Amino acid sequence: MQIEKRQILHTDILIIGGGTAGCYAALTIREHSDYSIIIAEKANIKRSGCLAAGVNAINAYIVKGNKPEDYVNYAKKDADGIVREDLLMTMSEGLNRVTDKMEKLGLVILKDENGEYVARGNRNIKINGENMKPLLADAVSKLPDVTVLNRINITDYIVEDNVIRGAYGFSIEDACAYEIRARKVLCATGGAAGLYRPNNPGFSRHKMWYPPFNTGAGYAMGIKSGAEMTTFEMRFIALRCKDTIAPTGTIAQGVGAKQVNAKGEVYENKYGLTTSERVYGTVMENLQGRGPCYLRTEGISKEQDESLRKAYLNMAPSQTLKWVEAGRNPSQQNVEIEGTEPYIVGGHTASGYWVDTNRQTTIHGLYAAGDVAGGCPQKYVTGAMVEGEIAALDMIRHLKKEADEPQKEEKEAFDKKIAEYDHFLSNQSGMFTTEALEEAMQKVMDNYAGGISTHYQFNEKQLELAKEKITQLTALVDELHAEDMHELMFIYELKERLTVCLSVIAHLGARKETRWHSFAENLDYPEKSDAWMKYVNSRYTDGKLQIIYRDLVGREEHYEHHN
Amino acid sequence: MSIIINPEKCKGCGLCTDVCPGSLIAQKDHGTAYIKYPKDCWGCASCIKECHFGAIALYLGADIGGMGSQMTVSATEDTLTWNIQKRDGTKDQIIINKKESNKY
Repeated sequence: MQIEKRQILHTDILIIGGGTAGCYAALTIREHSDYSIIIAEKANIKRSGCLAAGVNAINAYIVKGNKPEDYVNYAKKDADGIVREDLLMTMSEGLNRVTDKMEKLGLVILKDENGEYVARGNRNIKINGENMKPLLADAVSKLPDVTVLNRINITDYIVEDNVIRGAYGFSIEDACAYEIRARKVLCATGGAAGLYRPNNPGFSRHKMWYPPFNTGAGYAMGIKSGAEMTTFEMRFIALRCKDTIAPTGTIAQGVGAKQVNAKGEVYENKYGLTTSERVYGTVMENLQGRGPCYLRTEGISKEQDESLRKAYLNMAPSQTLKWVEAGRNPSQQNVEIEGTEPYIVGGHTASGYWVDTNRQTTIHGLYAAGDVAGGCPQKYVTGAMVEGEIAALDMIRHLKKEADEPQKEEKEAFDKKIAEYDHFLSNQSGMFTTEALEEAMQKVMDNYAGGISTHYQFNEKQLELAKEKITQLTALVDELHAEDMHELMFIYELKERLTVCLSVIAHLGARKETRWHSFAENLDYPEKSDAWMKYVNSRYTDGKLQIIYRDLVGREEHYEHHN
Repeated sequence: MSIIINPEKCKGCGLCTDVCPGSLIAQKDHGTAYIKYPKDCWGCASCIKECHFGAIALYLGADIGGMGSQMTVSATEDTLTWNIQKRDGTKDQIIINKKESNKY
């Protein structure tokens, strides 16, 4: 098989990834301008991204009596200081605005008798989020001059003299390659799952917390193009219901269930209550022989059982199926919990593109929003929307000032890219398969870069080995064969993950302290130190990943790139 | 985690193929849908909600405690009705009002 067709498209703005941030950016652009948009989406925007199954609550909202500053304080504390306060602040200021917009689009939000949203804790409100993504996608599909290209896998940016000019990719359904030329590009591809060996490595390998289809494309394209990245060492590990990897927050916050060990002792207070400490506590209890650990649900009421069963159907239906299948509701059996494999995801922790306050990356004209953007943890769904909005408004502002120069195509560069695709399509089937190399990569990361089997811990020697082995695996990718365009996507997903793995390994080694248990537990440096109150950034230049240390950015600052 | 598609009930409309966020569902020449990559299913249930004919069921892999129960959904404008059939033939049904928020 070979690439048979080529499509060259032109647009004002290209959005790569039609998930939460990408769709919201499209809505904002068309609300404030007439600029044309192409959304390039790997699957279909109706259910793609993190919201496929739905979401149980809006987890980032400024509830009555609180201020945006309170949210910034919370996120800063949870990340032990390593955040971009300028990004958190601009995000927090928009959370309620985008929530109002979602309600106008049809999202069901619980209200009290006075018409006020009902809070769940200090930062959450209660919704029925099962159909949140279809609502967004439907609104996008009604916009004029917005072309949604479903099932297009974008593989590379087109960058000339550090200015973004568009992207290359291919259809996963027919043998067509794409060159999309754009004046501005928003990267909204999400974070990276599948780097580490997952909780369920066999048949249910994709029963994981984060979308298994988010393979780090945006990070990898940025790294390869020399964009600066930040805080990849702050991995995210979710505390989840065992096996189904369903959320625990709904039970913990909904019915007030505490984390208990096998002896029934509440252990969460012993280790602290930040996101990473909740995972760490569970790991330690298991290591010390007091596992398994649970959320204590025994004794809750029948009504609570029913509400939980319904709540899970709206976001993680497998958990409800599990309760029905077991013939026991949570009131009759505590819910076993475990930590997941580590992910790189800027919507929960702070890994991603190093952006200015307006979400422009260090490549001119390239923006990042949502999970792919760094420095701004705990953004969740609404925060991703706000970032899409901020980036959209800044793109419009720049486009209005800049002359609309004719977009030049580079036939030679496109030919070269197509030759690269054809190489995999025409390769003979060899000794290794994409699946086998993916498994090998996950094993290396698990064993040597702090995966589940090493209780998320690592040391420098192990990181060295991880780097060596991931580099070896990367060299084998060239030999892979793709039978069709779908398999070609699998190869590119593997390439993306390998690129991200090398950055994760470099970042884990560059922060010589342990600031966050489990998320980055360096056994050579088990303590944290004020000397490390700085960002670990990286940039790929001259064939090498260079580490850059940067000073913390304050809340009131308007950060701009200077180099 | 995965789904099974009942070829007897599938009408070949292609809605499940379109919606799958992993692009994992394909159609045979005569249109009948099948899951091409069963191990790659996330279990999001998007396809199940899309199917008008109750042809797609969600089940838990044995490695995560599955014992053979199957879950299908029938949707109306205001409700999602989740039907669970266990291996021993017993059934359970949970009806969700789309206009009603989660309690938690």
